[in-house]
Amino acid sequence: MTTMSVPASRLGRAWARTVDVFTSPKSGPVLVTAVLFLLMFTAGGVRYRGFFSAATILNLLVSYSYLIVLAVGMSFVIISGGIDLSVGAVLALSTIIAAKLLQLGWNPILVMVLILVATSTLGLLVGLMIHVFEVQPFIATLAAMFLARGLCYIIAKESISITDPVFAWMAKTRIVLGYRMSVTPSVIIALVVLAIAVWVLQYTRFGRTTYAIGGGEQSGMLMGLPTSRTKVLVYVVSGFCSGLAGILYSFYTLSGYALTGVGTELDAIAAVVIGGTLLTGGYGFVLGSALGVLVLGLIQTIITFEGTLSSWWTKIFIGALLLVFIILQKVLTSRRT
Amino acid sequence: MPDLTPAPDAGASPAPVVDMTGISISFPGVKALDGVDFRMFPGEVHSLMGENGAGKSTLIKALTGVYSVDSGVIRLAGKQVTFSGPAQAQAAGISTVYQEVNLLGNLTVAENVMLGREPRRLGGIDWRAMRRRSAEILQGLHLDIDPGSLLNSHSLAIQQLVAIARAIDVQAKVLILDEPTSSLDGEEVAELFRVIRSLKDRGVAILFVSHFLDQVYEISDRLTVLRNGQLVGEYLTHELLRIDLVQAMIGKELSALEDLGSRIHSAEKEATSAARPATFLAAKAISRKGAIAPVDLTIGAGEVVGLAGLLGSGRTELARLIGGVDHTDSGQLKVNGVPIRLRTPRQAIKHQIAYSSENRRAEGIVDELSVRDNIVLALQADRGWFRPIPRKRQDELAASYIEALNIKTPNADALVRNLSGGNQQKVLLARWLAIAPRLLILDEPTRGIDVGAKAEIQKLVYSLAENGMSVLFISAELEEVLRLANRIVVLRDRRKVADLPNDGLSVDDLLAVIAEGSVDPELESGVAS
Repeated sequence: MTTMSVPASRLGRAWARTVDVFTSPKSGPVLVTAVLFLLMFTAGGVRYRGFFSAATILNLLVSYSYLIVLAVGMSFVIISGGIDLSVGAVLALSTIIAAKLLQLGWNPILVMVLILVATSTLGLLVGLMIHVFEVQPFIATLAAMFLARGLCYIIAKESISITDPVFAWMAKTRIVLGYRMSVTPSVIIALVVLAIAVWVLQYTRFGRTTYAIGGGEQSGMLMGLPTSRTKVLVYVVSGFCSGLAGILYSFYTLSGYALTGVGTELDAIAAVVIGGTLLTGGYGFVLGSALGVLVLGLIQTIITFEGTLSSWWTKIFIGALLLVFIILQKVLTSRRT
Repeated sequence: MPDLTPAPDAGASPAPVVDMTGISISFPGVKALDGVDFRMFPGEVHSLMGENGAGKSTLIKALTGVYSVDSGVIRLAGKQVTFSGPAQAQAAGISTVYQEVNLLGNLTVAENVMLGREPRRLGGIDWRAMRRRSAEILQGLHLDIDPGSLLNSHSLAIQQLVAIARAIDVQAKVLILDEPTSSLDGEEVAELFRVIRSLKDRGVAILFVSHFLDQVYEISDRLTVLRNGQLVGEYLTHELLRIDLVQAMIGKELSALEDLGSRIHSAEKEATSAARPATFLAAKAISRKGAIAPVDLTIGAGEVVGLAGLLGSGRTELARLIGGVDHTDSGQLKVNGVPIRLRTPRQAIKHQIAYSSENRRAEGIVDELSVRDNIVLALQADRGWFRPIPRKRQDELAASYIEALNIKTPNADALVRNLSGGNQQKVLLARWLAIAPRLLILDEPTRGIDVGAKAEIQKLVYSLAENGMSVLFISAELEEVLRLANRIVVLRDRRKVADLPNDGLSVDDLLAVIAEGSVDPELESGVAS
């Protein structure tokens, strides 16, 4: 800690406040992530030609819009002190439902609605299992993961390609933002989801109750907050986001495949944790999670730019980064309490 | 049936706002409430009195919708109500401050005050209005803190005041304060009472629970006494003598406390004439950064050393150093003249030093285990898990401690969770006594405990010391420290300010030392170092 107990000057006070913000368990980790992101981006820009540009970021958004949506759902769950291991499998399930039903000639809009309803319902069932039967979230969502992955294989073992014009349009369309800069509609969808999630978590009772459950479910209940309902709804949100992420993923790949997204739940969890959300719940920002996704993407991009490194180095870097962040969180929270 | 003394219904008094009749609630193995009647009048402070396990908390939770009643009727302003949760009770105008601070440390102060009835704008929470409104409420309690700061960046006393701020913000018809003063100092209590009086003038009915009789007599108009889940009676405070009240609560002649007082008094005289006991533990300049400045402390065999000081003076911090919970940054500890190093409580236990935490719920009992398991826990850990204590021995241990400490439990298999606070504390004591420590550190062993259990624990401490066990006794209640301790160490602002032999000290003397830190030279004879 700094030794400035009584900062005399305005500069001193500002410095003290900065230290305070960076060491708070609430805002500290996410700020560290932001700084890290900027450092990586700058370092990449110095090292590689054509790296330091808005296009790099936009490409990240295009490639990882589905992961942003997953991370948004995962943030709700983790902030409430839970975990959702089913998101990767549910993502795969929705790609394969989409591909199969479109192959059968269903209306694409109807297919999307059906997927969102189905995955939200699955989330509801998981939430009820956790709330009513007091099953550990780890176990309940593990069961849902196996269920969803199993269903994938029942629907189709092989990859099914999507030829539906609506889906194809979503994949090909570029929304031009300016000089040589464009994004896919999926990016817009992901950013809208992100904006809604920010608003919900910060400005609604549901959002604040989510934090309350992570901070102390019993206390929240005694304060008269709707903890039971919220706890179930959090998994519905995560189910919905997994379904939506699946739809975005099928826009991106124009196919449905049972083996899609194996381990994606872990990427989502990593993004949320790197984004500054405490795994024990109660603290975190959904914007941080989006930043976490960008950091993960940036690592991947840098390794691609490097050229000589095997892509498995991505995993090693992510692992190391996770470790650092979890230790950082521990240090910040233990110092405060 | 309960013997209701003539209540002041005669004419002027309005209808009760809360009227509970024939309330019964059972838990597995325990009948927590048995046909209890309870009523509250607008503009009145009503104290609910009783020992631990009398059913006070259960009655409160029945009224606030946390528990549903097995039988009986609750009427609110004449209308029968059934609450299925705290939210409904709150909506009906009953707000509660629970014994343990039940707020959310990870949220801001403003949210803790306002959440559940937050001001809204454009369909979302209006944060600016929320901060402004909560700042106003906090200022009403003379609490000048930033409503945007996280709750857990504040001390327990401030958190308690925030809980009260939350409760009084609701347009409450009924305000329930369950042990609101246990973590407040004198000035904060006065502030709270000022608030209570102004709420009273606004016609709010206030249910006040406290183990401090002085406070009960100062603030309340009416008393209801419970014992073992049954109603003893409802009385007007000014008509009931203290001694009668305590008798009603305990249900037996209150010779216990007075008897103990005189016994110790005579023992003190012996002790002062005898030579000082052999030193068991000697601490030289032990310190920990941010917790306590270097302190010297000696504890003799069979000596009870009291630690006195205000909340945050470093009492618990010092106890944790000696108990091996936190490790020292500097200084030296000696047990029987041999230097030791403590890094964990386990090492302390190996040196026969046991630390019983003030935080009974989080650092003491294990909720989900039975009374027996809780009692044998430390002993088993000390033996090592590869040498399990035979079941028969466990049963014997549990039975003997349940009897010796008068633990009120249906049997040794009952979950500790279902016991009252005082009985949980006794289970915790039994756990440490089972390992036969040479030094027992008791951090606030009587906090939130009624007179009867308190007297029992005090008696126990006394007899333990008589049998040669050293005790480091911490309590916010100076009377208690004075009654038990041979020597009193006073801490202030994380420093030791005095080390006084307890001969002829009064509460006022001690208060002066705690407040001023300036010790009368004649009293300073016992100062170590």
